[in-house]
Amino acid sequence: MRHIISILIENESGALSRVAGLFSARGYNIESLTVAPTEDPSLSRMTLVTRGSDDIIEQITKQLNKLIDVVKLIDLAESVHIERELMMVKIKTSEHTREEVRSLATIFRGSIIDVTPTTYVVEMTGPSSKLDAFIAAIDGDTIIEVVRSGPTGISRGEKGLHL
Amino acid sequence: MELNGAQIVIQSLKDEGVEYIFGYPGGAVLHLYDAIFQQDDVKHILVRHEQGATHAADGYARATGKPGVVLVTSGPGATNAVTGIATAYMDSIPMVIISGQVPSPVIGSDAFQEVDMVGITRPCVKHNFLVKDVTKLAETIKKAFYVATTGRPGPVVVDIPKDITDPRIKVPYKYPKKVSIRSYNPAVSGDKGQIKKAVDLLLTAQKPIIYSGGGVVLGEASKELIEFAHTLGFPVTNTLMGLGAYPATDKQFVGMLGMHGTYEANMAMHESDVIIAIGARFDDRVTGKLDEFCPYAQIIHIDIDPASISKTVKVAIPIVGQVKHVLDQMLEIIRESKKKPSKKVLERWWNQIDQWRAVKCLEYDRESRLIKPQYVIEQLYEVTKGDAYVTSDVGQHQMWAAQYYPFDKPRRWINSGGLGTMGFGLPAAIGVKLAFPDFDVACVTGDASIQMCIQELSTALQYKTPVKIINLNNSYMGMVRQWQEFSYESRYSHSYMDTIPEFVKLAEAYGHVGMRIDKPEDVRPALEEAFALKDRTVFLDILTDRTENVYPMIESGKGHHDMTLRVASGTSTDRELA
Repeated sequence: MRHIISILIENESGALSRVAGLFSARGYNIESLTVAPTEDPSLSRMTLVTRGSDDIIEQITKQLNKLIDVVKLIDLAESVHIERELMMVKIKTSEHTREEVRSLATIFRGSIIDVTPTTYVVEMTGPSSKLDAFIAAIDGDTIIEVVRSGPTGISRGEKGLHL
Repeated sequence: MELNGAQIVIQSLKDEGVEYIFGYPGGAVLHLYDAIFQQDDVKHILVRHEQGATHAADGYARATGKPGVVLVTSGPGATNAVTGIATAYMDSIPMVIISGQVPSPVIGSDAFQEVDMVGITRPCVKHNFLVKDVTKLAETIKKAFYVATTGRPGPVVVDIPKDITDPRIKVPYKYPKKVSIRSYNPAVSGDKGQIKKAVDLLLTAQKPIIYSGGGVVLGEASKELIEFAHTLGFPVTNTLMGLGAYPATDKQFVGMLGMHGTYEANMAMHESDVIIAIGARFDDRVTGKLDEFCPYAQIIHIDIDPASISKTVKVAIPIVGQVKHVLDQMLEIIRESKKKPSKKVLERWWNQIDQWRAVKCLEYDRESRLIKPQYVIEQLYEVTKGDAYVTSDVGQHQMWAAQYYPFDKPRRWINSGGLGTMGFGLPAAIGVKLAFPDFDVACVTGDASIQMCIQELSTALQYKTPVKIINLNNSYMGMVRQWQEFSYESRYSHSYMDTIPEFVKLAEAYGHVGMRIDKPEDVRPALEEAFALKDRTVFLDILTDRTENVYPMIESGKGHHDMTLRVASGTSTDRELA
């Protein structure tokens, strides 16, 4: 099953490689990984998407917790949560496809953030599945470049991951 | 007090109560060595290879319970230390390794003797630090000792760039009495509800067994384990790492379990209905084939490391906490409980165990005209009155030492269990002897293993650490040879060394006493003579039966109940090899 593990980690050099190294050393897979500092500059927030049986996910969270730099973590998949990913797609356009791409972007609540006579860059956020759907809806031959941030997430309600 | 970085390191070690540093100098640590030169409180032991430094510090740590301290230079000094760091990591040994690094401004430029030590050691340390600021040096060292010695212990590397130890830069020094790390809070006591549940399960068990490991040694919980076992009357088996934590001569002890464990220990595990694992981690050499591991048992597992619980074997009742503390908590509940283990039920269980014991799985050919390695270990036990510190290398000799030297006290059996590092025994013995100069220290080794760190014979002379090296010489990498015999139709691919040094001359060249023993009747007198030479390191080169195998054995892919026992004594003796 797919899990989104959200981690508060010391904002120190090498912290990221401890997490990445743990996954490769123990043979766990990482689908995506995002990391950025939080409002507290001494902490970074990492969101990691992985897949595995319940046993493997249990080991992953235990092993992550064992890292001295990991302050706290939650498995977002265990409770209701919101998941968002940012995507930018550069699409080749011609006179008769420009309108179609624009309306498709609107349907998906995306916006066009760069325009040249032959290209658009569409920006879109949403759950990863929505971004997948947009890619599927576009003619594959016209895609020049796809950039995705990987999902980040937050739990719903009052509970939060903080110190 | 104002000190420079180099002085801060040494003063911090002093304030930490460090007796010995095991190390080897080089460019990046010259400032540190200059600071060492100017004081006498922390004694430096100069090894002959950095791997030796780590194993010696490791041996010291295993024997004393105190952290071992290592000092190496950057680059090759650091990489040479990695095997020893990984060895300590696998067996959860508290160690602090200080490595020199090239000066901060040139880090990343492929400078002379530069290697990314923090990166290289990341997967085999509990934690590591790169010091970037001399004002943080003392605090970082304190943190290193704190992390290394608390919770599940382990090695911690502190990598110090050369400019940080610059003698010209002085800063105020104060060694912190305490440090805390917000993300690191190891558990102490176990969950009361879980403990209650565990006790209830134990008191209704029909075929219980206590399976205890190295965590009992590390957690100083031997006394509690003995009381726990005696109160319940249950059989006890120890892992290789746990030997000595429960006295081997106690009647409730059924021997080591696992691949070369006793028949009775493995059968009892297999047939058991309730297993309590204490400070053990269900290593693959213990469990054998996982699908067939203890099929009838409900398992209780006490461990300080939650990640060790249900890692390979699912357990019914996990308890996270210090084994000493949790055992005390359990004992209290057991004492207050009206329920007692049923004498009748236990008697039936013990009768069954006694039948397995009657197989006498450790018997061997005592009439052989060749020296049997098992006999050597038995004689070693008698000559040292069972009270020696015994280190070992890795291979057949290690298993024989574990099987035939019944350890009654914790911290007496010192070997590389998890990583299985050949070359560990001799430097470890030196570390032990430094800690306990008045005790007999024996290094049980083999002709292959001993050559991996033989250079430390020189260290043994310099620091007058008279250890006794029991070299079970069969001209083979015996354990490799044994596996090739079992699994590769005796194709002994490169497990035989055509040339082996004359160990007697070699020992003499290093300034020690060498003895060569090739007859069974000479073993006992030679051992007595060697141990009588109190102030000399003695190398006993004992030519043993080359064909001898370690039995009993669980071959790979088999379960505990499927052990290979010695067929009949002496059958292997007369086969000719090589």
